[in-house]
Amino acid sequence: MNKFWPFFFMFWPFVAVVLFFIAPSMGWWFPSEAFSPLGVQIDNLFYLILVIVSVTFVGTHIGLGYALWKGVDNKAEKGWFSHGSHSLEVLWSIAPAGILMFISLYQLDVWRTYRVKSAYPKDLYGVAEVTARQFEWRIRYPAPGKKLQPTPQPDDLYTVNDLHVPVNQPVLIRLRSMDVQHSFFVPALRVKQDAVPGTVIPVWFEASKEGGFDLTCAELCGWGHYKMRGRVFAERKTEFEKYLNTLKAEQGFDGVNKPSESGAEIAKTE
Amino acid sequence: MSAVHPTVGLSDHGHGHAGHHEIGFVGKYIFSKDHKVIGIQFLITTLLMLMVGGALALGVRFQLAWPWRAMPLVSQLTGGLFAAEGGQISPEFYTMLFTMHASVMIFLVIIPILAGAFGNFLIPLMIGADDMAFPTLNMLSYWFMWPAIACFGMSFTVNGLNAAPANGWTAYPVLSAVVQAAPGAGDAQTWWLFGLTLVGVSSMMGSVNYMTTIINMRAPGMTLFRMPLTIWSMFITAILQAFALPVLTAAGFMLVAERTLGFKFFVPGNLLINDAPATVGGGQPLLWQHLFWFYSHPAVYIMLLPAMGMVSDMLAAQVRKPIFGYKPMVYSMAAIAGLGFIVWGHHMFTSGMNPALGMTFMISTMMIALPSAVKVFNWIGTIWGGKVQFNTVTLNCVAFVSMFIVGGLSGIFMAAVPVDIYFHDTYFIVAHFHYVLFGATLFGCFGAIQFWYPKMFGRMMSERLGKLHFLLSFIGFNGTFFPMHLLGIAGFPRRYADPYIHPYMEHLMPINRFITLCAILMGIAQFILLFNFAFSFFAGKKAGRNPWNANGLEWSAPSPPGHGNFDVPPVCYRGPYEYSSPLSEGTDFLMQTDPLRHTGGVGNAGDGHH
Repeated sequence: MNKFWPFFFMFWPFVAVVLFFIAPSMGWWFPSEAFSPLGVQIDNLFYLILVIVSVTFVGTHIGLGYALWKGVDNKAEKGWFSHGSHSLEVLWSIAPAGILMFISLYQLDVWRTYRVKSAYPKDLYGVAEVTARQFEWRIRYPAPGKKLQPTPQPDDLYTVNDLHVPVNQPVLIRLRSMDVQHSFFVPALRVKQDAVPGTVIPVWFEASKEGGFDLTCAELCGWGHYKMRGRVFAERKTEFEKYLNTLKAEQGFDGVNKPSESGAEIAKTE
Repeated sequence: MSAVHPTVGLSDHGHGHAGHHEIGFVGKYIFSKDHKVIGIQFLITTLLMLMVGGALALGVRFQLAWPWRAMPLVSQLTGGLFAAEGGQISPEFYTMLFTMHASVMIFLVIIPILAGAFGNFLIPLMIGADDMAFPTLNMLSYWFMWPAIACFGMSFTVNGLNAAPANGWTAYPVLSAVVQAAPGAGDAQTWWLFGLTLVGVSSMMGSVNYMTTIINMRAPGMTLFRMPLTIWSMFITAILQAFALPVLTAAGFMLVAERTLGFKFFVPGNLLINDAPATVGGGQPLLWQHLFWFYSHPAVYIMLLPAMGMVSDMLAAQVRKPIFGYKPMVYSMAAIAGLGFIVWGHHMFTSGMNPALGMTFMISTMMIALPSAVKVFNWIGTIWGGKVQFNTVTLNCVAFVSMFIVGGLSGIFMAAVPVDIYFHDTYFIVAHFHYVLFGATLFGCFGAIQFWYPKMFGRMMSERLGKLHFLLSFIGFNGTFFPMHLLGIAGFPRRYADPYIHPYMEHLMPINRFITLCAILMGIAQFILLFNFAFSFFAGKKAGRNPWNANGLEWSAPSPPGHGNFDVPPVCYRGPYEYSSPLSEGTDFLMQTDPLRHTGGVGNAGDGHH
C-alpha cells in the first residue's frame, strides 16, 4: 500500500504518453496535414520539439517516480544529508541551455521566411485585400490582369467570406480590420496573423493542394467571434482566373448591356 | 521592534508593546493590523473567490459541452438571471463568463492567495519579526480588496443583470475601448478597470511592506542566505510587483480616460464599429498590448514564484532532507524574475509587431525555461535519497513538481515562434497556463494550507479528507486540462461560444463533454477542501508548536502565535534546511533557533556543495 502513491505519480505520465500515441487515430490531432510548404516546416518543428519534450517529460518523471519509490521505504535512520552538488548543477544548467539554444536558432529561418519582407518568396502574387469586421471577412480583388492597389479602385471586385487563391503559388494578402482586432487563421495552411485596426499587415502563404479550407478568427472580436466563418479556396490558375472573370461579369453588369468578355454564361442564366 | 536586538533567553522583551492593552473584537478580527489575522482574512476571501471563479468556469465548460442548452440548476433557480432566454448561455454571456472567470481567478484568487494570504502570514514568522514593518498599510492592503471585489461585482450588474466585461481578461482595445464594439459590456468594462486598479493598489501596499519587512526586520542571525526559500520567493515577487504594476495601472487609467473622457490612446481613426460614428484620432492598439503584457507577463511569475518557494520548504520537511542546491534555487528564482521582464512580447508573436522583436523575445523566452528546469532538477534532487512520507502536503508538493514539468515543457512549443503561429490563441495555450497556474500554483497552495494550518489555528487538518481532496482534484484537473493539449493541436480556438459550426471541429464535441465532466468533478472536490478547512477549525487534532518537526523560525512560536508572534525573541543560528544532519542526535531535524548544537561548520544552507 505504501507504494500506491509512487505508482500513482508514475502511472499518470504513462497515461499521458499513451494518450498522445492514440490521439492521431482518434482524430484529436491536426485537422489535416499541412497543405503549405511553410506549414510542413512548422509541423516538422512541432514534431522535433514534441520528441525533445517527450523525452524530457518521461525522463524527469522516471527520476521523480524512482526517487519517491526508493524514498518511501527508505530504511536508513536519516535521509541523505546533502546540500547539493556543484557539478550536477553545472551539468543540468548547461545541457538544457544547449538544447534550448539549439531549438531557438534552428527555428529562426522559418520565422524569417514567414515574416521578414526581404526573405519573402520572389514571385509573390498580391491576390487580395482582406478586411475583417464584426463578424465577417470582406475581400477585395483587383480586376483581372491588374495589380492589387493599396487604395480601392473603381474596377475592384468584392466578395464576403470566400477567398480564392491560385494553388502552388505564393500569394500575398493585405490584412486589415475595419473595427476591432481579429486574426486570420487557416488551420490547414498553418497561417495565423492578427488584423490590427489602423494597420495593414502583409501576409503571405502558399497552398500546395487544391480545395477549400476553413478560415476562422483567432482573436476575440466580440460576441460573434465564433461565427466568423470563411473559406479559402485554392484552385488552378485557369480556374482562379475564370472565377475573377465571373465576378467581374456579375459585378460589372449594369442591368442593360450584355456583360462583356467571359461573363457570357452569367448573362444566359439571368 | 524587539526582534532587532539579539536577546537570548526568556526575557519579557519579546512581548514589546503588544498585549498590554486590550484590543476590541473589531480591532482584533475585522480591522486587524496583525499580519496573521490579515493573512487568514486573505486566505478565506480568496478561497471563497476560488469557488466563484470555478462556478464561472463551469458555465464556460457547460456551453462547450452542450452548446445552447439551458443550464441545469441555474436556469431553474434564478429564472434566467445571468443568462439569456430560457436559461441558455447567450454568445454575449459566454464572452462575459470567460472574461470574469479569468479576472476573478487571477486578480482575486491567485495573486492574493500567494502574496496576500501566505506572504502576510509567513514573512514575519519565518524571519522572526513580531509583525510587518507597516501594520496599518498591511490592513489597508486587505481592505482595498473589498472595493475591488465590489467593482468586479458591479460590473456584473450595471447594465441589467446580464452584463459584464466581455473583452477577455486581457481587455484588448479596440474591443474594450469603444462601447459599441461589445454592447453588453457598457459601463461594466469601466467598473472592471476600476476594480483592477484597486487590486493593484492592494498589491502595491503589500509589496512595499514585504520588501521593507524582509530587508529590515530579520531576526539576529537571519542572514540573507539563511532565509527560507519562501522568503526569497516573496522578496523577489515583491520586487517584481513593485516595478511592473505601475505600468498596468497607468495603462488602466489610459483606457478609462479613453472610454469616458474621449482620449485617444489606443483607437486609431476611421474605424466603423457597429453603429458607432466613425472613430477619430490616432491611437495605436498595440500600445495596450505592450503595456498590458509588460505587467502581465511578470505577473505570471508573481503567480508562481511564491508557490515555488513554499513547495521547496514543504518538500524538504516532508522528505527529511536539505533542499538540493539552495543557492542555485535562489539564483534561478532571481533569473526567472529578471528574464520575466523581457519576455512579454511572446504573447504578441502574431500581433504584427516587428519580426525582429519576435526573434529577440523568442530567445529570451527560451532562456527562461532554463532556470525553471534547474529548479525542477533540484526538487527531484531534494526528494532523492530522502525519507518520503506520503501525507497530503507531500502529495500536493509532488503534484506541483509534476504539473509544473508539464506546464513548463508545453511552453517550449509556444516559445518557438513558428509553432506559435499555429498554436497562438488555441486551447494548447489554455492547457499550458492552467498547468502552470492551477496545476503548479494551486496544488502548491493546497499543500501550503495543509502545512501551515496548524500554525494558523493550532489544529491539524484532516489527513483523510485532505488526501481525498487531493485525489479527486488531481484526477479532475488532469482529465480537464490534459486533453486540451490535443484540442489545441486540432486547432480548437479559445473563446468560441460554439466551435462546432466549423466543420473541422465538429468531431471534437465528445472530448469536450469528457473535459466538462472532469471539470465538474474538480469543482465538487473543492467543497471537500472548504469543509476540511472549516471542520478542522473545530475538530482537528490539536497541534503543538512544531507538528512537522520542521526547522523554520515559525515553528518555534506557539500555535497559533499570539500578538507579537514569539514568546522568546528568536535568534537564528543556521540555514532552514538542516534535516537529517549528523549534528542532531536522536532527531532528524535541527531548528534554526536551536543554539545547543551550534557549531561553525554548517552555517549557511548553500555551503554544502562548495
